[in-house]
Amino acid sequence: MRAFIVALIGAVLSISNATAHDGSDCAVAAHLVTADFPLPRVAAAIANKQLDIVVVGSASSLLTAPNGTPEAYPVRLEAALSKRLPGVKVKVTTYAKPRTTADAMEKEIERAVATDKPALVIWQTGTVDAIRRVDPEVFRTAIEEGMDAVAAAKIDLVLMNPQYSPRTESMIGVPPYADAMRLIALQHEVPLFDRFAVMRQWGETGTFDLIEATKKMDTAERVHQCIAELLADLIVQAAKLTGPNARGNIK
Amino acid sequence: MVDVSADKPALHPGGTQRSAGISTPVSHDLPAAGSRPLTPAVGRDLRLDLFRGIALWLIFLDHIPSNIVSWITIRNYGFSDATEIFVFISGYTAAFVYGRAMRERGVVVASARILKRAWQVYVAHIFLFVIYLAEIAYVSRNFENPLYAEEMGIFDFLRQPDVTLYEALLLKFKPANMDVLPLYIVLLAAFPVYLWALLRSPMLALAGSLVVYVSALWFDINLPAYPEGTWTFNPFAWQLLFGFGAWCAIGGAQRLAGFMRSPVVLGLAAAYLLFALAIVMTWYFPRYSYLVPKWLSDWIYPIDKTNLDVLRFVHFLALAVLTVRFVARDWPVLKSPSLRPAILCGQHSLEIFCLGVFLAFAAHFIMVQVSEAVWAQVLASAIGIALMVAVAWLLSWYKNIEGRSPGSRPPDADLAGGEA
Repeated sequence: MRAFIVALIGAVLSISNATAHDGSDCAVAAHLVTADFPLPRVAAAIANKQLDIVVVGSASSLLTAPNGTPEAYPVRLEAALSKRLPGVKVKVTTYAKPRTTADAMEKEIERAVATDKPALVIWQTGTVDAIRRVDPEVFRTAIEEGMDAVAAAKIDLVLMNPQYSPRTESMIGVPPYADAMRLIALQHEVPLFDRFAVMRQWGETGTFDLIEATKKMDTAERVHQCIAELLADLIVQAAKLTGPNARGNIK
Repeated sequence: MVDVSADKPALHPGGTQRSAGISTPVSHDLPAAGSRPLTPAVGRDLRLDLFRGIALWLIFLDHIPSNIVSWITIRNYGFSDATEIFVFISGYTAAFVYGRAMRERGVVVASARILKRAWQVYVAHIFLFVIYLAEIAYVSRNFENPLYAEEMGIFDFLRQPDVTLYEALLLKFKPANMDVLPLYIVLLAAFPVYLWALLRSPMLALAGSLVVYVSALWFDINLPAYPEGTWTFNPFAWQLLFGFGAWCAIGGAQRLAGFMRSPVVLGLAAAYLLFALAIVMTWYFPRYSYLVPKWLSDWIYPIDKTNLDVLRFVHFLALAVLTVRFVARDWPVLKSPSLRPAILCGQHSLEIFCLGVFLAFAAHFIMVQVSEAVWAQVLASAIGIALMVAVAWLLSWYKNIEGRSPGSRPPDADLAGGEA
């Protein structure tokens, strides 16, 4: 609801810093993706022409075609960033396991930052916590500890909150977890990819049919492609922000 | 339940009222000491029914996911929400109804009635749980989408029905939006002891409630949940609101009357509500969140619903202060037909609460099948509230005829159990 109000008001006031997606219908949600905080290590990595990214997440960061090809947004992000950053070697590594809570992923993050030493960690979490109804305090603490580990390793972080799933909405109480992540991101001045708000916008504007029961991959692939495009925009925008506090740069 | 029509108080003069049949407090003009019997009825405090009815509507609206109409509910404008109103008024009415029973019929009879009521709430909760299981079982058979492989994890509970049902019966497994009734069950189950203490020494009992609240926060005490963690509404914390409501019913409201009318208190309450509104607005407009100083945000966040954060409790108190000030007990509008629907709902809180939970499920289910457009959200919300009112009216009618027909059940068997 909260996200919807934001979306509604955003639409009314025509506040939109959408990067042009010519012909791409997923841009209807672009105003929900704003780079509020900078990513200095990403900026440095871009300058050095080598951008390594690690995605830590659960099953919604995995989408495997029947023939085994990975189709999820991380692979597409690599392509989307390469397109936006010509001459920069972009590498995206995914550590995603189904059924992992934020608490379990936090350990994965500590390991990943130590071995891979990326410039950026994208941490997607919240859905499994919502399904298992993890204590909000435990959820929050896990994320903050993971953030501390990433910050201590001098690595940038982008948080990604749960998917919007209309069909299971009355069974899985996702909004408190999505909201908690918004608040944590704001408090710790870390960019958030508000996947929940973005997908809800797509559902409400009819960009994608998120209710359809299907075994086919096409909608899922297009959704992941759009997530990758908007996420790439967010990363590039945030890398351009300079200074310790970039609030003044929000347009 | 002899009479539910508020505009005909003469039909049930105080002396003939049966404790088990009263659906709402009739009077709280009591001496603070609490040793004298209750004064005879002078007319219901319809404000309790009204605000509980409204709280039930708001809870229903909030329980429909992605519902634009829930934009109007109070949780969007401050720290507390309809749950606080519901728990407080439930505590108030419980003390009012069972306090009378405890004075007139003794501790054993009153306790038996309270526990019977707790059992009814338990059965109602399990009934709702079965509806929830039916819905996820249906969706698990009819919905598949590679995009939502993760979300299908909710159906894992169906793979172990023995464990899931067992944990649900123990009130450890509680689906989303089904946390209020288990809280209510626990609060009622512990209520005989609290009420007993309250009738002997109201201040001491309230102090005890406060000690339990502080201990729960301090030592992190809560009941265990399944598959992990603890209860979403910590009963050891939320009992403070229920206990405070009960204390007000037993004479606390009288004690506080002067305090509540003081201009300083009114001013503070209004200022606090404005402060909460300003903070909440920064949630909708994150770009203004920098206006909240860091020391302040470090101090207020997170606002803990599980443990009834002090900020939430104070927000409820501020709302109550202004409400009591501006909605007088004898406000004529309370008896007007326009407020009758909400009052009717408030008078049958358990049934209407359960109905609301079911209707929220049903509304979402139908919206997913038919349309999720804004008009569908508005229509589903309106139909839901209309159904709640219709059922409340039907329940009143039924209780009326049950109460009047000769040879009907004896008063003590009244299923309402006092509608506490």
